[in-house]
Amino acid sequence: MQKKLNISEFLDQDEKKDLLRLLTAGSVDDGKSTLIGRLLFDSKKLYEDQLDALERDSKRLGNAGDSIDYALLLDGLKAEREQGITIDVAYRYFSTNKRKFIIADTPGHEQYTRNMITGGSTASLAIILVDARSGVITQTRRHTYLVSLLGIKHVVLAVNKMDLVDYSRDVFDKIVADYMDFVKPLDVPDVTPVPLSALKGDNVVNKSENTPWYKGKALLDFLETVEVANDYNFEDFRFPVQYVLRPNLDFRGFAGKMASGIVRKGDEVMALPSMKRSRVKGIHVYEGELDEAFPPQSITITLEDEIDVSRGEMLVHPNNLPEIERSFEAMLVWMDEQPMDLDKQFFIKQTTNFTRVRIDGIKYKVDVNTMEQSRVERLVLNEIGRVIFTSSKPLFFDSYKRNKSCGSFIIIDPITNNTSAVGMIIGKADASDLVSEITSADKEKMRKGVSLVPAHEWEKQYEQKGHVVLVTGTDNREYGYTLQRRLADIGKIVLLLDNGVLGIGKGEELAEICKAAAEQGLIVICISEDISELLQGKLDAARLSRVVAQSKNIYSSVEEMIQKL
Amino acid sequence: MSEYKLSHLKELESESIHIIREVASEFENPVMLYSIGKDSSVMVRLAEKAFAPGKVPFPLMHIDSKWKFREMIEFRDKYAKEYGWNLIVEYNKEAFEAGVGPFTHGSKVHTDLMKTQALLSALDKYKFDAAFGGARRDEEKSRAKERIYSFRDRFHQWDPKNQRPELWDIYNGRIHKGESIRVFPLSNWTELDIWQYIRLENIPIVPLYFAKERPVVNIDGQLIMPDDDRLPEKYRDKIEMKKIRFRTLGCWPLTGAIESDADTIEKIVEEMMTTTKSERTTRVIDFDQEASMEQKKREGYF
Repeated sequence: MQKKLNISEFLDQDEKKDLLRLLTAGSVDDGKSTLIGRLLFDSKKLYEDQLDALERDSKRLGNAGDSIDYALLLDGLKAEREQGITIDVAYRYFSTNKRKFIIADTPGHEQYTRNMITGGSTASLAIILVDARSGVITQTRRHTYLVSLLGIKHVVLAVNKMDLVDYSRDVFDKIVADYMDFVKPLDVPDVTPVPLSALKGDNVVNKSENTPWYKGKALLDFLETVEVANDYNFEDFRFPVQYVLRPNLDFRGFAGKMASGIVRKGDEVMALPSMKRSRVKGIHVYEGELDEAFPPQSITITLEDEIDVSRGEMLVHPNNLPEIERSFEAMLVWMDEQPMDLDKQFFIKQTTNFTRVRIDGIKYKVDVNTMEQSRVERLVLNEIGRVIFTSSKPLFFDSYKRNKSCGSFIIIDPITNNTSAVGMIIGKADASDLVSEITSADKEKMRKGVSLVPAHEWEKQYEQKGHVVLVTGTDNREYGYTLQRRLADIGKIVLLLDNGVLGIGKGEELAEICKAAAEQGLIVICISEDISELLQGKLDAARLSRVVAQSKNIYSSVEEMIQKL
Repeated sequence: MSEYKLSHLKELESESIHIIREVASEFENPVMLYSIGKDSSVMVRLAEKAFAPGKVPFPLMHIDSKWKFREMIEFRDKYAKEYGWNLIVEYNKEAFEAGVGPFTHGSKVHTDLMKTQALLSALDKYKFDAAFGGARRDEEKSRAKERIYSFRDRFHQWDPKNQRPELWDIYNGRIHKGESIRVFPLSNWTELDIWQYIRLENIPIVPLYFAKERPVVNIDGQLIMPDDDRLPEKYRDKIEMKKIRFRTLGCWPLTGAIESDADTIEKIVEEMMTTTKSERTTRVIDFDQEASMEQKKREGYF
């Protein structure tokens, strides 16, 4: 720092600066880590001892000769260092006297679409790196498509390694023209190309003398000045209620974060889904009351009237409602190693709403490299498609394009609890796509007499595997009834079929009943004549046990059976 | 529209409050881990803000290694009492009675038994399903990749290869019985942000952060302030008075002081911006082995 600062003045000023979250995308070879390293280093925010460590590491692992390997500053985890690649999203922080920056650093390989989507979800700007020697390649298109999918409005096309093409204006212009051509149909309103050499420092922090033909700003200067605050939606007031505060009988406040729009004291508001109306009595924060609030402020709203509102519900202006629907269409990115399973009921979390959801169908899959659409049965890891959903209760949403906060959601696997997919809502589903709640696959199952509830779902619900215990022998009743008693004691769900009572004549019918019950997750104790041959034809061996009951050792034999089940 | 713009501190504050409220809504039994350090002080204030004018609906827990500075303990008790926090203090009784300490057992064993193991058994004892921690992503390289909701298995272990994707401000708090989530509401704050916020909000912090004449002894290049009579004999005649302060607070034998004249927040920030060492270099435990923080995190330490 050249000029001696009065620290109090400096801090007073510094406290007012704003925040820019950005995403960097590029491949291992594009010099992305070097660029970030330089931004951090040159903005003088790397402390000297971190550099000490860096020099030590470079000697052992570095691959940039004797000069500092900026990339090593960034690769945090051990395994990644050994592989020499970045494999997850890493967040980096630096500040200038104009702005604070948060960089989400994401890898460029195709299998890591997941990470780029993750890193980009909170970004308002993306730096897309291109190697000046190779120009716009498949990967550039993929990154740009993902950026447009995420609704990031500002893109810096960073044409790196200009030093290796002799700072040629023609090379740069050609790459920019190619890119502009390609980006046209995508929804990216603001593209700024910058010729760079991250390694040599050209146009990163200072304008370079090597590119006198370039009239734009150096990268850091651009990042410091680009206007992003207006990217928030200030038009549609949406306040998803997060938490209800009731510290005493006189105060009932609805706490949450402003998703979009502006709310003022005295505004008439409506609670969804009850559609009950009231007025804003106060907008509270820790320090006191506000006259108005805007995104992304966290506030607490009190209302004039005692209306019942709880978490997952939403306050809006009565003349500006979101969609209130159970069925909707979204662009979905599959994030799970396990492929999409259309039979599964998932959980959905959208704003503060949490409910069950099912996938009605996939309209098409998008190839991230070519943007071509194709029909598929399901999505697998890193695939993107347009998907129709139905939730078990209405959601309050806007299109992601209009309102990111109310148009984004995550899908959670109910068994693994993984975040299996993330989505960006397009709008409510066409009625024609929802002929019925039952899909054609479902109809086919019904025709064949196959349950719509798969066996694993029963297993999860009952915490047991469907099974038939066929009990024959002289003491079959004593055995069967004892087993039922013991299984009930430990919370199992059991069906006892005593053919001596039921008197189902032919074994065939009894065997069918046993099969149906076992497939629906029950433990069936069948007391009858020996129908094992009939059962073997209908059930897996693993689902069938046969016992010949004799009075000697009934109790120990029952205990053995319980262990088995 | 430009008047509708938050400063970076207000935006960070709002993000943290949102995270804290989200956890209070979705978990049955959360706890806020309190280290008594400056980051904890900010986190605690953010929790108070999140539920004002009500009280915070979860307790504060301090894992006492029994080697903390006395001023920290005084500060902790006074602060918790003034706000009316439900304060839980836990320590590893068995190891303490066996005389475990950094001088006799080394920093690695001490940290493992008195911090990591003490924390894990306290989490198990109360069956907490979510635990807030004050870690920041800019502190250390392996933390840069950690999620805000960091999933831990039944053994409290962190698997950096198997983290849930985390998008927008939608957090996945679903867990099975016995599993838990560590939550880091200060993930996106930097050291400078913390100091600026403490200044802006007048947040009380332990006086050890401010420079003052204090007794110190040089142990392996670190300026250690002997805080009780457990300093080994061989160092006792080497104690000297110096004007020092601490950049981080922890166990007194493991926390090096720096010589400094910074006795106000402004001076601390000024010193920090012109200084040549990052804050964790005065923490002895990070130097045990390469990638040591990552190792500790996998084992369940923050």
